[in-house]
Amino acid sequence: MFKIIEKERVAPGINKFVIEAPLIAQKRQPGQFVILRLHEKGERVPMTIADADPKEGTITIFAQEVGKTTMELGTYKVGDYIKDVVGPLGKPTPIHPVGTVFCIGGGVGTAEVLPIAKRHKEVGNKVCAIIGARTKELIILEEEFKKFADELYITTDDGSYGRKGFVTDELKYQIENGKRIDEVIAVGPAIMMKAVCELTKPHNIKTLVSLNAIMVDATGMCGACRVEVGGKTKYACVDGPEFDGHQVNFDLLLKRLDTFKKEEKIAVEKFLKERGKNR
Amino acid sequence: MPKQPVEERIKNFKEVALGYTPEMAIKEAERCLQCPRPFCVEGCPVEIDIPGFIKLIKEGDFKGALRKIRETDLLPGVTGRVCPQEDQCELKCVLRKRYQPVAIGRLERFVADYEFQKGELEIPEVQPSTGKKVAVVGSGPAGLTVASELARKGHKVVIFEALHKPGGVLIYGIPEFRLPKEIVEREISILEKMGVEIRTNHVIGKVFTVDELLEEFDAVFLGLGAGLPLFLNIPGENLGGIYSASEFLTRINLMKAYMFPDYDTPIKVGKRVAVIGGGNVAMDAVRCARRLGAEAHIIYRRSKEEMPAREEEIENAEEEGVIFHFLVNPVKFIGDSNGQVKEIELIKMQLGEPDSSGRRRPIPIPGSEFKFPADTVVIAIGQGANPLVPQTTPDMETNKWGYIIADPDTGKTTKKRVWAGGDIVTGAATVILAMGAGRKAAKSIDEYLKTGKW
Repeated sequence: MFKIIEKERVAPGINKFVIEAPLIAQKRQPGQFVILRLHEKGERVPMTIADADPKEGTITIFAQEVGKTTMELGTYKVGDYIKDVVGPLGKPTPIHPVGTVFCIGGGVGTAEVLPIAKRHKEVGNKVCAIIGARTKELIILEEEFKKFADELYITTDDGSYGRKGFVTDELKYQIENGKRIDEVIAVGPAIMMKAVCELTKPHNIKTLVSLNAIMVDATGMCGACRVEVGGKTKYACVDGPEFDGHQVNFDLLLKRLDTFKKEEKIAVEKFLKERGKNR
Repeated sequence: MPKQPVEERIKNFKEVALGYTPEMAIKEAERCLQCPRPFCVEGCPVEIDIPGFIKLIKEGDFKGALRKIRETDLLPGVTGRVCPQEDQCELKCVLRKRYQPVAIGRLERFVADYEFQKGELEIPEVQPSTGKKVAVVGSGPAGLTVASELARKGHKVVIFEALHKPGGVLIYGIPEFRLPKEIVEREISILEKMGVEIRTNHVIGKVFTVDELLEEFDAVFLGLGAGLPLFLNIPGENLGGIYSASEFLTRINLMKAYMFPDYDTPIKVGKRVAVIGGGNVAMDAVRCARRLGAEAHIIYRRSKEEMPAREEEIENAEEEGVIFHFLVNPVKFIGDSNGQVKEIELIKMQLGEPDSSGRRRPIPIPGSEFKFPADTVVIAIGQGANPLVPQTTPDMETNKWGYIIADPDTGKTTKKRVWAGGDIVTGAATVILAMGAGRKAAKSIDEYLKTGKW
């Protein structure tokens, strides 16, 4: 049982949780994730570790309410317990001094790219961050990035804040203006990461992406999370979650992510109906 | 032994075999000749005193019979159900030459279930604490056996399990209708009452390395299982609707996806399911598919005679309406516009000369390809070695397939104070062979803890 120490609604539909998990807090590195299972009937869902405090023995996750489990998690309060938290899983992000790194976060991916960006700064890289969302109120962690990022760019789809457009529009502008970019790391919806890779590939800019494949055990046992990288099958859970974005078959990933679309809808509808009854 | 009628059982996940009544058990026990040199025991990887426990059943002392089994096997409810007795103890039974062998497995299962029905669990005696600590990685059959043997000797045992529930393959792999999870939970609870501590949600190689465990523990046993699914490596294998057997079975057994949406984990089973493979795992998967309402097919590249699955399981699958296709092998998978599998291209095979396994090698017949419609495919062609622990334990040797190298008599790896056993050493095998390896390793660990000699 893992206790929720802190909960904050950071934007509509996005919740931040600080969870007691001392062993994971000590071991985790940027880029790694945990598997959560809320209760006895719960599913196992992967969540990137956005931050950790080894002294306090806590980890921080940001969960966007997109499916049944994340919606249900949204009803959990400080002092409530999550039945299972497993981790740290996946390989840490390879972070070396390379020069200028663009760290790109889309939506809740912003929280996931944050620890990676911080570590890039620690090893001496120049960190330029682009964070994007649909609209102003969904932009998260702006202040956190401001604290350390050398440059911070914000984009919103509707133009309510920062540049109007996608994170790729900002990145394109930077590239076209001759900005030196040694490496890009992009975390967000698969479609966004795909667009980032299409943009950087002709310029030969090394681009890492963090793949949000469907997982069950997340220890390499089931193969649900298989992705195609460089024409070879890889497991996002143990070989990743990060891969060379120019090698990733995004179309396959997008299709595989839709495998349980119908079931996900059934689960959400059932949840909303039952929650309605309890009110 | 009575079974659930076919028309009912294909609609539920309840156990198929119903077990003996006390009268039936005594009657069966009376058939045992009590051979002075019991060959059956030689056939048992954990050396259960088979005539000993059968004699006690005959005398009506069911509790005594169970106690006798538990001297060497703490999981009789499990092994009585899933051991391939027909290849082991019952194969060696002298009655087999002229009649049916004594139904040793069914008797074993009976005494375990009898105790459960009575609601009283007898906890084996534990020797006074030795002060030594052993870490067991993995709570499958090998790990549970090592834990029980060492706990009895008074050593402190902590089991580290990666999943949220202990039991390994007994929980995530073997379906409820063949091995009720209640039975597994009950037998594991005995271990906990013996003082064994089980820490779930601990992925060794991630949260602790083996070297870190060795700082806290005197010995480490690795019973990791063969946790890496094998695929065919043919085009289209990553289409939606194609599962590894591990994913398919884990969703159903561990995550209870057959009760979706009451349970959160979904499983998607189409109208026509093709399971590739001919082993017990393939039988488990295809029978699950049947229970989820699908027309279920087995695709196997050799003929029925070569199938590695237990005869009993093949028979059950046939009774349940599973359709078998022999001497065919997938060449590629073909998807629809949404990236979901819709058919398999199969090629016909013929049998050639025997290969290293002694079975005749299947050879493709050129030009015999044809299309086989299927909207769900389960790949059940075996398991490889999970790399998480070996990768983080560089001074422990593995073979070219990634399995850990361990002495077959002692389970000792090439790394001091580390033992290994079960599927991570041998490759995918049976529950009872993993338990046998666990017993040998436990003996070696106990000796080491007492003498300090590696």
